[in-house]
Amino acid sequence: MSYYFTIIGTRDNPLFEVEFGTSKVGGDGIAHFRDEAKHMNQFIVHAALDIVEEIQWTNKDMYLKRIDSYQNNHVHCFLTGGNVKFMLLMNPDPMATTYSAYSTSPPSRPSTARQSTTLLAASPNSQATEEAVRAFMLEVYEHWVKCIMNPFYQVNQVVTSPVFQNRVGTAAKKYL
Amino acid sequence: MPAATTTTAAPPPPPLDFKNSDTIPVLPPSKHQPSLRYPSSGSHRKTIYDRSLSRPPSATSLPAFAYLFNTLITYHHAKSGSVSDIETRLNRAGYPIGVKMLDLLLYRQAAAAPGGFGGAGKSGASGARPTRLLELLQFVHGTLWRGLFGRQADALEQSTTKKNEYMIVDNEPVVNTYVTIPREMSQLNCAAFVAGVVEGVCDAAGFGTEGVSAHWAEGEEMWPGKTIFLLRFREEVMEREEGLKAGGGGG
Repeated sequence: MSYYFTIIGTRDNPLFEVEFGTSKVGGDGIAHFRDEAKHMNQFIVHAALDIVEEIQWTNKDMYLKRIDSYQNNHVHCFLTGGNVKFMLLMNPDPMATTYSAYSTSPPSRPSTARQSTTLLAASPNSQATEEAVRAFMLEVYEHWVKCIMNPFYQVNQVVTSPVFQNRVGTAAKKYL
Repeated sequence: MPAATTTTAAPPPPPLDFKNSDTIPVLPPSKHQPSLRYPSSGSHRKTIYDRSLSRPPSATSLPAFAYLFNTLITYHHAKSGSVSDIETRLNRAGYPIGVKMLDLLLYRQAAAAPGGFGGAGKSGASGARPTRLLELLQFVHGTLWRGLFGRQADALEQSTTKKNEYMIVDNEPVVNTYVTIPREMSQLNCAAFVAGVVEGVCDAAGFGTEGVSAHWAEGEEMWPGKTIFLLRFREEVMEREEGLKAGGGGG
């Protein structure tokens, strides 16, 4: 079960991205994406930005929940006040996801005893998943606000602080 | 001079003699080390990520702010000539503060009301981002002013002549407390700094403005420092508002 988290600025420019895996039971905390996932993840996330722009004026909430799915990849979005988007892409079984145009995905292998069925993405629409991702997003939002309060940080600048990266990683371990 | 071949062994280096500069070994230039030092996880130095975002119980001192503001005005006054130039510079100075204040205030709202964070927030007070123009104006008039100055602004009006102009009135801007304007510059209103903050908030929220300016209110005896902030919104913002009003019916 792997995650790809990215922060996208107001001009659709990525400001921060990180990959990690679940640290819950059965996971080792490292993402297991295929090689093609490197660019496909970005592609899927940026394609989901269109959906965000459509719904952001009718939905007052900051956490927009799951907005898109593509071949087993589910994209969750959180929109800050300054129009910066936190996008989380989750994939319960990255090895089974083929990105070919023929969308007949191979039958997903039954969950082995190693992966328990309490995986979050096993049921992406469940309330528990949404709550977990919302809590994660709120914590990242807190770190994000502290990051932009830096008087030397300009809008749409890439975030390079390793402290921020550590905090995001800690939040991921706690909730995802 | 014969070219040195690589097969011959290098002669033993001469003993170091610091009076003779030829024998002091010169190290090759080291790779550029980044100059920022991040505290390692072992050290207990606090980073900005350790500080709390919730409102500190004691407010910042007004004289401290006034001193800083005074220096800011003097700096810009020295660099520029005309009144409008100084006002533009103050406006630009306040702009990034507005952008950051928006996220900070929304975070405080969200952290204080975890129930209304992701749920359907109906009113502007408990809900999250302002999506309609009226919500944004109420946010500026109430929450932003309270966050900056500890009180609400005094009035919020819509211009009768132009549909995209709105005015926020402040009877006595806190930033002007220790500022006296000489007579030859009577047009200058240093609340242009606050106007920049408001412009930052509006732009960051997605309601682009053509400018937010601060003007003296004429003919007001009770409040000599009364200031009107004029917000001019862009065409596309008004079109979007029309579209939302027609489509959603206020939803």
